[in-house]
Amino acid sequence: MIDKIKKGILEVQEYVCLMGKVARSLVTRPFYTRDVIEQFNQIGIGSMTVVLLTGTFTGMVLALQSGVTLDQFGARSMVGRLVSATMVKELGPVLTALMVSGRVGSGIAAEIGSMVVTEQINAMRALGTDPIRKLVVPRVLAGIVMVPILTVIANAVGMVGAWIITVTQLGVSGGVFWNSVVQGLYMEDVWMGLIKPLFLGFVIVSIGCHVGLRASGGTQGVGRATTNAVVASSVGVLAVDFLLTKLILTLLY
Amino acid sequence: MADETPQDVVINFDEVSLAFDENVILDRVSFQLRAGQAKIVLGGSGVGKSTVLRLVLGLLKPDGGAIYVNGTRVDQLSEDDLMPVRDQLGMVFQEGALFDSLTVRENVGYKLFEGTKMPIPEVDARVEEVLGFVDMADFGARMPSELSGGQRRRVAIARALTARPKILLYDEPTTGLDPITALTVDDEIIKLRDLEEVGTLLVTHQLRDAFYIASHMAIRENGKLRIVAATPEKVAETEFVMLKDSRVHFEGHLPELRESTDPYLRAFLSGVGEVTLDESA
Repeated sequence: MIDKIKKGILEVQEYVCLMGKVARSLVTRPFYTRDVIEQFNQIGIGSMTVVLLTGTFTGMVLALQSGVTLDQFGARSMVGRLVSATMVKELGPVLTALMVSGRVGSGIAAEIGSMVVTEQINAMRALGTDPIRKLVVPRVLAGIVMVPILTVIANAVGMVGAWIITVTQLGVSGGVFWNSVVQGLYMEDVWMGLIKPLFLGFVIVSIGCHVGLRASGGTQGVGRATTNAVVASSVGVLAVDFLLTKLILTLLY
Repeated sequence: MADETPQDVVINFDEVSLAFDENVILDRVSFQLRAGQAKIVLGGSGVGKSTVLRLVLGLLKPDGGAIYVNGTRVDQLSEDDLMPVRDQLGMVFQEGALFDSLTVRENVGYKLFEGTKMPIPEVDARVEEVLGFVDMADFGARMPSELSGGQRRRVAIARALTARPKILLYDEPTTGLDPITALTVDDEIIKLRDLEEVGTLLVTHQLRDAFYIASHMAIRENGKLRIVAATPEKVAETEFVMLKDSRVHFEGHLPELRESTDPYLRAFLSGVGEVTLDESA
């Protein structure tokens, strides 16, 4: 028991240390611009398909479900309002983040983890390159920048999906739907929807990098690291989402 | 960071100790490597041979003692301050540790591409030169996964050479290779030591290869390169260090090692047939 707690504390300490090094590497040279652009492409463009699909289906199912519920109050025309508020504030950021942690978090942990166990990380250090600058910083930057962008895209296609379902299945006219979408959104909601994924992106990528760098014990260790990264970053996403929601509600509303 | 070592000592291990939790790896281990000479660290599996190389590179920090590389004390430097020290060292990792997302050419030129502002054509020329040195000139466009084990080691040696270090560190360069391929790797090590005057710190448990490296030398005859039996002076330039129970168990040259009556050494040596020991090119 004590051992487990010790291990947990050690893990947190290592994570904080890593983030400290990342912060220091951000403001000092050298900075690997090419790797940053490559990661923007890998993490951002690479996750586009999965985010588009998730966003569309989420919007569609949201329209269907809220249609049923709203019918009880005879308020079917308010579907747009419900969809936009839920999508922008909560489901867009969280579902995008969860999909990205499945795709990117695991990928990062597997890639960096296998570089650790095959000594490529040590080789990199021996060749005079700091792996934190070369591998971790570009990924963290890409996570912070791309996850919000992906979230906005998920929100957009989600609302388009909801629109299609509302018009075809619920028989509400498009004009009424979009009007209600705009009515349901306040500026605070938009801010919340943009601030959250910034932090969620950071959580996913930093956990992926940390777990990957701590991998040990051959290929089996890489497998373990990959699983741990997905579990830890998914739970991290949901926990941080809750804390951020509480914080933003207190500060902005 | 005082310079406490004579000029020609390039690596100085001074009473270095290291333990992981209760597991003592090195206990006050001392030895020196002189410029242009070779030091072969022997020992069974898991006695901390590879650790020695990691300590030299600053990849690990010792618990006690001091390590000097070219007069600079490295065991207390930060990662950023270690980079200039690492520029003077080339490391050949066990299994090569090539970057598998990069081609052979990019691997070999990695340090020059990343660490210097050298123009690309010059880097390419240097990459070709070192690849030619290890007989891998035609493989520049391949990916590491397409290479055999021996080819990978040779690319790893080429990569360590690119920035012209004066000290090369080898971690089990021949382990897992068949005897013939291992000999080609040994020949590269001999060539570098004798023709390029590179200080060599080699860690291995392959006695056969260790003896071969100690008992042979490379010469240039009418522009042709040959590996021949070493002269006694040359044999004296390669020293062995045997690690046992985290201490230095034996330190000396090839003849002393062969004639040693120490039971542990004899047991260790008995794995190598007399034929190999007395073999000359």
